[in-house]
Amino acid sequence: MLNQHEIIETLNMIDNQHLDIRTITMGISLRNCGHPDAKIAATKMYDKITKYAENLVKTGEEIEKEMGIPIINKRISVTPMAIAAESSETEDYTIFAKAMDNAAKECGVNFIGGFSALVQKGFTIGDRRLINSIPSALAQTDFVCSSVNVGSTKAGINMDAVKLMGNIIKDTAEKTKENDGLGCAKLVVFCNAVEDNPFMAGAFHGVGEPECAINVGVSGPGVVYNALKGVKGAPFDVVAETVKKTAFKITRMGQLIAREASSRLNAEFGIVDLSLAPTPAVGDSVARILEEMGLETCGTHGTTAALALLNDAVKKGGVMASSSVGGLSGAFIPVSEDEGMIEAVHKGVLALDKLEAMTCVCSVGLDMIAVPGDTTAETISAIIADEAAIGMINQKTTAVRIIPALNKKVGDEIEMGGLLGTAPVMPVHKESSYDFIMRGGRIPAPLNSLKN
Amino acid sequence: MNAIVTVIGKDKVGIMAGVCVAFEKTNVNVLDISQTILKDMFTMNMLVDVKNANVSFSELVDILDKEGERLGVSIRIQREDIFDAMHRI
Repeated sequence: MLNQHEIIETLNMIDNQHLDIRTITMGISLRNCGHPDAKIAATKMYDKITKYAENLVKTGEEIEKEMGIPIINKRISVTPMAIAAESSETEDYTIFAKAMDNAAKECGVNFIGGFSALVQKGFTIGDRRLINSIPSALAQTDFVCSSVNVGSTKAGINMDAVKLMGNIIKDTAEKTKENDGLGCAKLVVFCNAVEDNPFMAGAFHGVGEPECAINVGVSGPGVVYNALKGVKGAPFDVVAETVKKTAFKITRMGQLIAREASSRLNAEFGIVDLSLAPTPAVGDSVARILEEMGLETCGTHGTTAALALLNDAVKKGGVMASSSVGGLSGAFIPVSEDEGMIEAVHKGVLALDKLEAMTCVCSVGLDMIAVPGDTTAETISAIIADEAAIGMINQKTTAVRIIPALNKKVGDEIEMGGLLGTAPVMPVHKESSYDFIMRGGRIPAPLNSLKN
Repeated sequence: MNAIVTVIGKDKVGIMAGVCVAFEKTNVNVLDISQTILKDMFTMNMLVDVKNANVSFSELVDILDKEGERLGVSIRIQREDIFDAMHRI
């Protein structure tokens, strides 16, 4: 029998250290839902999603009860809508977003991702229609998440798309201003987007994915933080080993849940995404892990190195524990969702430039960052371009999820609610990037040798 | 299928009896018990077999929850798999 220490350790992680399964995300292909008549296509999509995901929430709750571990979110991702809807004769894709939203409500999930376009090398007709529909789609739906991939290591960066996304983000903020620009919290601009990511807002069901797959996202910043408290002052090899062991245990749990869920739901087991995804709750912060390594405040010198170690050790521990690790796997640094990051911003220690450096070594990018409402579309585009360049050169996923806080200035806060948290408005450089962004065109794919 | 039951709470007369009666009523077989008192706190782990239980797992969770409330302790039942996944390779 398991010994008492092991049982208590697991219960402690769940009860006191916020260990949870962050999300069970069902990926559903909508590739067979096309129709020239948009209304018919939307109905086909709604019917397919609600049929496949009918028991998703119920099954998640059953597993939660049997295993005694919280499964926080049950979600759905679908084929990028620019592909699924392309054969329909309509300019405005909001109708498809509404179909997704209604299906999400019917199934009882709290987010549905995949109002997406992949335009790293250029736009198709459907891509343009989708991107132009994003502001109204996000304003008229509650649960739909949108993402656009503007670059990749193989294709370079589509600077026309980067330019366009600056405007789309501003429009989305304007159209959802009653909710503090909430629409922008559901819109991600990617470079090297992954096709099996279970985490929102960037989840979509990639074109290489099967008909229906279950991807599970595990989390546990609080568990890692507590484990590190036990090795105070120890050298970094001990720190890395501790993180690895902890990540291993957490991922094993994710693997079990993913297998269980996929077999009960008759879907393929996709991947386990081991990401340290913080929540606004005290004790569930990635920033506090970095501080536990010996930094006075997250954002000070040494932060990038600390995050690099953390991110790498998490992956190493996780890879051993699951038959298939995928998604974004690593440490997330969403500012508004991390109580330690919020405090670091308020103290003036953590700034956009440091966050950008941190994104070079962690799993995603500039995430859940509020900037002043008067930030220009070109500045937002330039921020996206910088982030995409980091992803393109380093062959990693990077993303920007930025919220222009209308009528707010640096130091103010916007309240997103729930897991999205509270975003302090951060300063951006005032100097213009207008001429840079106006050039458009493409930044060519980088050389992958002669690395210096 | 095996499950792990953990009972934690302030020690008093009748905790063990209450838990075991609940298992008798639901036809759950107790395989192993380890129990200790830590600073007045009653702590017990049980390995049980729920294969022949006459209620569903979910109902069992609720029954034990209620019994825990009556006894003033926390009684939790979880499938053994979750602990095995974490602690056994």
